[in-house]
Amino acid sequence: MTLADVLPLIGLPLIVGGFAFGLNPLAVVVASGLVTGLAAGLSVDQLLQLIGEKFLASRQLAIFVLILPVIGVLERHGLRQRAEAWVAGIRQATAGRILMLYLILREGAAAVGLLSIGGHVQTVRPLLAPMAEGAAEAKYPSLSDASRERIRAQAAATDNIGAFFGEDIFIAFGAVLLMDAFLKDNGFQGIEPLQIGLWAIPTAISALAIHLFRLALMDRALARENAGVAETRR
Amino acid sequence: MSAVVSLPTVFLLIGAVLLMLVVMTLADKTNPRRGTTALFWGLVAADFLLDRPLSDVFGVAACHRLVGLSVIAMALIAGCRGLGAGHPRFPSVGSLTTLAGRFGNRLFVPALLIPLVTVIGTVGLTGSLVAGRPLLDPANPTVTALGLAVVVASLSAWLLLGGSPLAGVRESKRLLDSIGWAAMLPQLLAVLGGIFVAAGTGQSVKTLTLMVAPEGSRLAMVAVYCLGMAAFTMVMGNAFAAFPVMTAGIALPILIKQFGADPAPLVAIGMYSGYCGTLMTPMAANFNMVPAALLNLKDRYGVIRAQVPTALPLLAVNILLMYLLAFR
Repeated sequence: MTLADVLPLIGLPLIVGGFAFGLNPLAVVVASGLVTGLAAGLSVDQLLQLIGEKFLASRQLAIFVLILPVIGVLERHGLRQRAEAWVAGIRQATAGRILMLYLILREGAAAVGLLSIGGHVQTVRPLLAPMAEGAAEAKYPSLSDASRERIRAQAAATDNIGAFFGEDIFIAFGAVLLMDAFLKDNGFQGIEPLQIGLWAIPTAISALAIHLFRLALMDRALARENAGVAETRR
Repeated sequence: MSAVVSLPTVFLLIGAVLLMLVVMTLADKTNPRRGTTALFWGLVAADFLLDRPLSDVFGVAACHRLVGLSVIAMALIAGCRGLGAGHPRFPSVGSLTTLAGRFGNRLFVPALLIPLVTVIGTVGLTGSLVAGRPLLDPANPTVTALGLAVVVASLSAWLLLGGSPLAGVRESKRLLDSIGWAAMLPQLLAVLGGIFVAAGTGQSVKTLTLMVAPEGSRLAMVAVYCLGMAAFTMVMGNAFAAFPVMTAGIALPILIKQFGADPAPLVAIGMYSGYCGTLMTPMAANFNMVPAALLNLKDRYGVIRAQVPTALPLLAVNILLMYLLAFR
């Protein structure tokens, strides 16, 4: 092994170290990129152009900026309060059950390619988290702050897990096409995206089962945390 | 022929929204760092608005060079803690509840229009023509459909709720302030991934893995691949960046060529092992850090903490599934 073999790896410890020391991640990532590029022998000018080119090529990641105004103005008119009130009217609703239903819908929709029906800006903050919190509040009127925090974090987690482990079943999704292109590049013929999608199903089902179980546990934890303040509703 | 709603149109729209936010930030006396905050978002806005005129006038290379400099400037501003947040006045919960009662379920309409129009646009309108031009960019149906959906939803919110059609931009400043620098991390990680490819980092991982990894059992090598996918994803914040590196380094030479694994289940489960890493890393900012900010969590790693107990068992299940399914 020569130095040239490992120099392109220099960015990895920089990222881990920068994060461990609590430096700003944007600065750490850019510094790591600069050091890696220079260590691999790119000139400063080549590196600048590469950064610019890749930044411009990844601008679709900023699409969430367009969703913010709609959600912001709806929140200003009471969207979150409406979502909470709507769920509080459903007697069987618990925070865990709402998230369970959402997880199934989210993963199922992602599996047939409907990835954009959810998301943190457009769904979790304005609708899902307030609904789950509203359900818990209807059951435990003086819901503790720790419980609120737990429900909100779990709402975001549920959206991620549903989306991630459903999307690779859909054959036209980027990840499946990436895997397919990689295999073809490396000389494997006769493997169709459909096969890759099918082999994603066992993991997708496992993810669903594990997280549904954890959401059931969350309902029990909420009952424990708010014991004594529970209202008898019937 | 260019589409009615093309990717450059969507970028111009994003740039325009950001530019309005910059003007509002400059005027925001409640933000102690309004100058540097405005500079940061101004640089981002410029990269969305000016790339075409710049490359037309100075050439593509000069444009990329300038954008590259702007990215470094963003990193410097963020690194020097230059991003601050304003403290806008927001209605009390009581008055919001009154408003919620007045508007009722109408409030859900614009929020639900976003996914609805996006899905209809992606699935149903990709081939449709308006005055002989495609409505949506056929190469980027989802992003352009989402752009269209946001415009439709904004108009519907304006019709249903009244007020100014630009009121939303003022509200989005509150949201963007709370997200802060994390909003740009995914794009900068994409840049880092590009540099790693140009620098040959993948080749290095391959060399190192083949040297360090013991010529172990089938199960051990399956575990090395799955755990490696998760670990590399945690560093890069993105399983797509880890996939070619770890698969070329371990899966192809060892699991497929040496042990005769079936490639289809191998790559499918390998990618999902990377996703388990995504659930556990702050580098996947848009999935883990942005929602923590959006939901006002006290613990900024709260979402990650909620995900780890699902991710770790699932990673173990993946190792087992790969072992059982790839070697039938």
